[in-house]
Amino acid sequence: MAEHDLRNFLINFGPQHPSAHGVLRMILELDGEVVERADPHIGLLHRGTEKLIENKTYLQAIPYFDRLDYVSPMNQEHAFVLAFEKLLKVDVPIRGQLIRVMYAEIGRILNHLLNVTSMALDVGALTPPLWGYEEREKCMIFYERACGARLHAAYFRPGGVHQDLPDDLINDIEAFCESFPKVLDDLEGLLTDNRIFKQRNVDIAVVSLEEAEAHGFSGVMVRGSGAAWDLRRAQPYECYSDLDFKIPVGKNGDCYDRYLVRMEEMHQSVHIIKQCVERLRQVKGPVSCIDHKISPPSRKEMKRSMEALIHHFKLHTEGFKVPAGEVYSAVEAPKGEFGVYLVSDGSNKPYRCKIRSPGFAHLQAMDFLCKGHMLADVAAVIGTLDIVFGEIDR
Amino acid sequence: MDQDALTELKEHIEAALDQDIVKASLENGELTVCVVPEHIDRVLKFLRDDARCGFRVLVDVCGADYPGRKNRIDVLYHLLSMTRNLRVRVKAQIPQDGSIPSVVGLFPSAMWYERETYDLFGVVFEGNQDLRRILTDYGFEGHPLRKDFPLTGFNEVRYDDEQKRVVYEPVHLVQEFRSFDSLSPWEGEQSLPGLDKAASEGEG
Repeated sequence: MAEHDLRNFLINFGPQHPSAHGVLRMILELDGEVVERADPHIGLLHRGTEKLIENKTYLQAIPYFDRLDYVSPMNQEHAFVLAFEKLLKVDVPIRGQLIRVMYAEIGRILNHLLNVTSMALDVGALTPPLWGYEEREKCMIFYERACGARLHAAYFRPGGVHQDLPDDLINDIEAFCESFPKVLDDLEGLLTDNRIFKQRNVDIAVVSLEEAEAHGFSGVMVRGSGAAWDLRRAQPYECYSDLDFKIPVGKNGDCYDRYLVRMEEMHQSVHIIKQCVERLRQVKGPVSCIDHKISPPSRKEMKRSMEALIHHFKLHTEGFKVPAGEVYSAVEAPKGEFGVYLVSDGSNKPYRCKIRSPGFAHLQAMDFLCKGHMLADVAAVIGTLDIVFGEIDR
Repeated sequence: MDQDALTELKEHIEAALDQDIVKASLENGELTVCVVPEHIDRVLKFLRDDARCGFRVLVDVCGADYPGRKNRIDVLYHLLSMTRNLRVRVKAQIPQDGSIPSVVGLFPSAMWYERETYDLFGVVFEGNQDLRRILTDYGFEGHPLRKDFPLTGFNEVRYDDEQKRVVYEPVHLVQEFRSFDSLSPWEGEQSLPGLDKAASEGEG
């Protein structure tokens, strides 16, 4: 056979492809149907978030974090507020911490529901996303009732959260915790023993623990490979150290194990939310720090006190100043370790704010994960990586 | 994170790498090691392989720009040890058009991070075989996260209905970009108008 007959086939996967989960353009080099090389081209959703944040006050920068991973917005805000609170040395009151943790866990459910079900869709199951979206909708309404926005919350504020939760919202969240596990069981009934789902996921994109470390994986991508590594447990922030939850781990490090880990994590999140609900009923008090140099006074106070009015005006124009220094703070976002490296020069704006998104590290391993797999498996691999382009492209 | 363990680690690193590091400091409960840029690969290899370090996860590589300095660009490496549950930050300062050895050979995850740092700060990583731009547009010029790059950029795109394609044009701002200094005359040493008068009235 002449040499020119043995040519690999290049295909352009995306940027508009339903299983690319956003705007991913990937150049795939195929030998028949086997992937020889994958070269993801990212940046199609690059908005210069880090540059914009350098030109905004700390409070104005918070909404940018909702727009990174728009599937679980509050978890991103969490990393940012923790970063500058560390520099400010501010303590969040316990009620504020509980609300933050509760909403971070609702965010985890939001994320995993979308990921698990859309991954099922990518490998051929249509029903799970329909069922999953119904539950997601309920969670988004909890977001809306807390902060007024379904998606772009801007609810985690310096020193706490924006507003206290009404009692009936807490009751409704508790009711959701009762009904939701049943839906999860139904979803598992559809997928876990499903022959087609297993054929498409078992032994696909196997990652050993050493490889996961070398490629900088975090979150479910590490836990699926057998390490019980969870920042909520290893480097606890807020009140996670007082809460009871288990860390599910996988055994084989393949797509199927990661699916199982995500399903169990949702059960654990429900468990955490229940504990938060219970404690929120007992713990009353402020939801954000009472230092009005950092968090604004209440509306009611503003109507009567001149000083409160001045504080409010100053906070929403000039903002607050953060002591100079550098800090790295990371949270266990649903997708993995979401970190913020923040440099402050002592002014009211961040000097440098690097956003470390988990999806960026995961997506760059695409070539390593896809090599030797079939073209059809690429969709399953993208699904299991749990990528969202808001956070990868920033 | 365990402060005693970090202090101990700091002393261990200082003793072992005394040729390669400029200084090590513990601030805000985080360990920062400043290194000689040429030796970054040696330092990271030590941190990865040494039994008392075990920093096998490269969490992040990024840059930071300080235009007032001679070596204006910081290249930062964030490392994590899952076994010891510790983090360390390694920092190297390089001049504007300087370069630094690549660590892709040590950590495969460094590839995109180095590409990103090259793209946004113009740092050249010697030995990186695939140093292409990653986040910005195809054919983009400049390094946007440098402090002298304007927030609005230089070019904008729009769809041209006559040419039936997207065209690039220089940025045209109808109103000049406003940057507020947020300085308040009520702070610091400055005296307020009328303050001297108030003081003299107080005396009288």
